Amino acid sequence: MAPSLPRVGARLTLAKSSLEQVFANLRAAGFTLIGPRLRDAALVLEEVTGLNDLPRGWRDQQAPGQYRVVPGQDSFYFDHLVGPHSWKQFLHPARLKLFGAAKNNGTWSFQSATAPPPRYAFIGVRACDLAAIARQDRVFLAGEFRDPHYAARRESLFLLAVNCGRAAPTCFCRSLQTGPRVTGGFDLALTELADVFVLEVGSEAGAEMLRETAWQPATALHASRAEEAVRQTESQIERELRTDDLPKLLYDNLEHPRWDEVARRCLACGNCTLVCPTCFCTTVEDASNLAGTRVERTRLWDSCFTLDFSHVHGGNSRPTLRARYRQWLTHKLASWKDQFGALGCVGCGRCITWCPVGIELTEEVKAIREKAA
Amino acid sequence: MSVSFTPAAVRARADPMLPGLAVVRGVKPEAYGVSTFSLALADPAEAAAYRFLPGQFNMLYLPGFGEVAISVSSDPFEPQLIGHTIRFAGSVTRGLARLQPGDALGLRGPYGSAWPLEQARGRDLVIVAGGIGLAPLRPVVLSVLRERAAYGRVLLLYGGRTPPDLLYTEEFERWQAAGIETHVTVDRASEDWRGQVGVVPQLFYRIRLDPRRTVVFTCGPEIMMRFVIYEALARRLPKEGVYLSMERNMKCAVGFCGHCQFGPTFLCRQGPVLNFAAIEPFFGREDF
Ligand SMILES: Cc1cc2nc3c(=O)[nH]c(=O)nc-3n(C[C@H](O)[C@H](O)[C@H](O)COP(=O)(O)OP(=O)(O)OC[C@H]3O[C@@H](n4cnc5c(N)ncnc54)[C@H](O)[C@@H]3O)c2cc1C
Ligand code: SF4
Ligand code: SF4
Repeated sequence: MAPSLPRVGARLTLAKSSLEQVFANLRAAGFTLIGPRLRDAALVLEEVTGLNDLPRGWRDQQAPGQYRVVPGQDSFYFDHLVGPHSWKQFLHPARLKLFGAAKNNGTWSFQSATAPPPRYAFIGVRACDLAAIARQDRVFLAGEFRDPHYAARRESLFLLAVNCGRAAPTCFCRSLQTGPRVTGGFDLALTELADVFVLEVGSEAGAEMLRETAWQPATALHASRAEEAVRQTESQIERELRTDDLPKLLYDNLEHPRWDEVARRCLACGNCTLVCPTCFCTTVEDASNLAGTRVERTRLWDSCFTLDFSHVHGGNSRPTLRARYRQWLTHKLASWKDQFGALGCVGCGRCITWCPVGIELTEEVKAIREKAA
Repeated sequence: MSVSFTPAAVRARADPMLPGLAVVRGVKPEAYGVSTFSLALADPAEAAAYRFLPGQFNMLYLPGFGEVAISVSSDPFEPQLIGHTIRFAGSVTRGLARLQPGDALGLRGPYGSAWPLEQARGRDLVIVAGGIGLAPLRPVVLSVLRERAAYGRVLLLYGGRTPPDLLYTEEFERWQAAGIETHVTVDRASEDWRGQVGVVPQLFYRIRLDPRRTVVFTCGPEIMMRFVIYEALARRLPKEGVYLSMERNMKCAVGFCGHCQFGPTFLCRQGPVLNFAAIEPFFGREDF
């Protein structure tokens, strides 16, 4: 057993079974662990309690409009890639109680939701998803107003990241320089080899969670095999999104015929915005008792593909599907940059996989560029 | 890409979505289906600290009904009584319509950008409003009246659908007497109407502007503002001299809900008052 804790920045090797101790340390420190699990033929993010909950030996097969879970490399816990869930559902829940209102003696009182948020440890965060968390940070934490609900979850978060050992045909993180290599913003990052994990320590908190594990300084061989694994993933990525002419390309082509063309294929189901790890839009809803004296206000995820989203009394500012698809694409790839200093896309490919008709954001941009104004 | 102005002190709250308590002090019917509600914040410290700039808005919350963005229509120099002129349009505003003096509701704000009155000082100001669009401009008129000498010519061009739809008509005489040249038009006149008939942009044909020293503030239906801008630019006003207040669906007013996006602009943050030059590429575009 190692005599002390590793320093921040150290590279270690860790027997795969030792991850169990890391999980135990996290639980003992009060964290709720969230990680990948196989559920209803998809790899989803849910609470995990031990190593056995992870989808060892399973991987996903992804293509535009297609997703399947199939057997993968037997000894691998993280052979899969990103699935229908993203971490935003824990930091920015799909349903969240904002506050309650109570009427007594003819007057109202408003009370913030008081339930303390769980302390989450995310297990197996990919590079693209780390970038997505950083982009939502800009929305909820960096502006004039701070969202206290997001802040509370974010501040107590522990991040165990994973370098991708393979890429799907839907992945294009390389174009957005968000992956596949995890480069920062994590507590621990692991690269999975057939026999061991190669681990990088990203913070004091990360080092702390290695207590009582049999970590070793990484051998040169392990370190270079880990490097090679990520390099290989990088070379597998074929999908591309040219970003050098964004946002201008889209702003200059707001009346491009392609918007009409894609509107004929798009179903306005909103899947792309729901699976997108950076989409942040919400609506609100009141539920009250029969007397109308106790009201609970809830915030729910919303999508710019719904008609309600752009309803204004007596009309709608985006009545057509063309306008709504244009909002999605120009927001992700143009106006996000003006609003938050970075694109709203991290190249995870979820919107491509989960679009029921297989619309590919990357292809839409290409088509616009080909006949650009 | 958009112009922002120093907003009044937004009440610092740990939870920006949590409303404060306000009480209705008065209700004044203004026109058919429109009333002005005078509200006071219930917390004495909050009431004393409350300030707003002309053009800013509050979120008014009626538990069980919902929350809506409503401009402040009262005098910014008397911020202890907060006036809101509300058109009863749909579910929430019809709930607000039932409020009586003494009733309670939620209020948070003020939010958004303001009309740049400092840019109008020493120059001519043309205020152009349609229908309920006069509500966010009334604080401009009231501010100008407090310091009338600081401005050059000040004109108000206002229109509504029919004479009973016009807001604040009983104040027009006072405004006119205090040096605000007021021109009013209606789309459809009743028999006793002796004023103009026609749409608001046509009022530009009745006035003379010096394009080198004129600033335009406009608020009303988007189609009206399009023609107002057209008429202003046709008189060689620079685009930078035209400001407009815009509206989109709005759920949070603090930049989280995403609903009020207008291209790169969040109307709750950089707007609702925007400089035309800054949003020209997006303005007047179909379904944007
Ligand atoms: C910055 C700003 C200032 C405004 N100032 C005023 C004012 O001074 N006086 C006034 O009468 N109205 C004003 N409005 C418009 C007012 O917000 C809408 O009329 C109101 O939201 C309609 O709500 P409703 O529930 O009655 O209508 P419904 O048609 O039932 O609308 C349902 C919901 O959609 C949203 N919505 C609908 N229309 C609008 C809209 N035009 N703008 C934003 N959200 C909308 C609201 O969340 C509303 O609760 C302003 C809007 C904005 C954005
Ligand atoms: S793409 Fe649509 S749902 Fe996603 S953040 Fe932008 S406006 Fe919101
Ligand atoms: S997932 Fe596909 S079909 Fe559904 S709204 Fe997005 S682009 Fe349209």
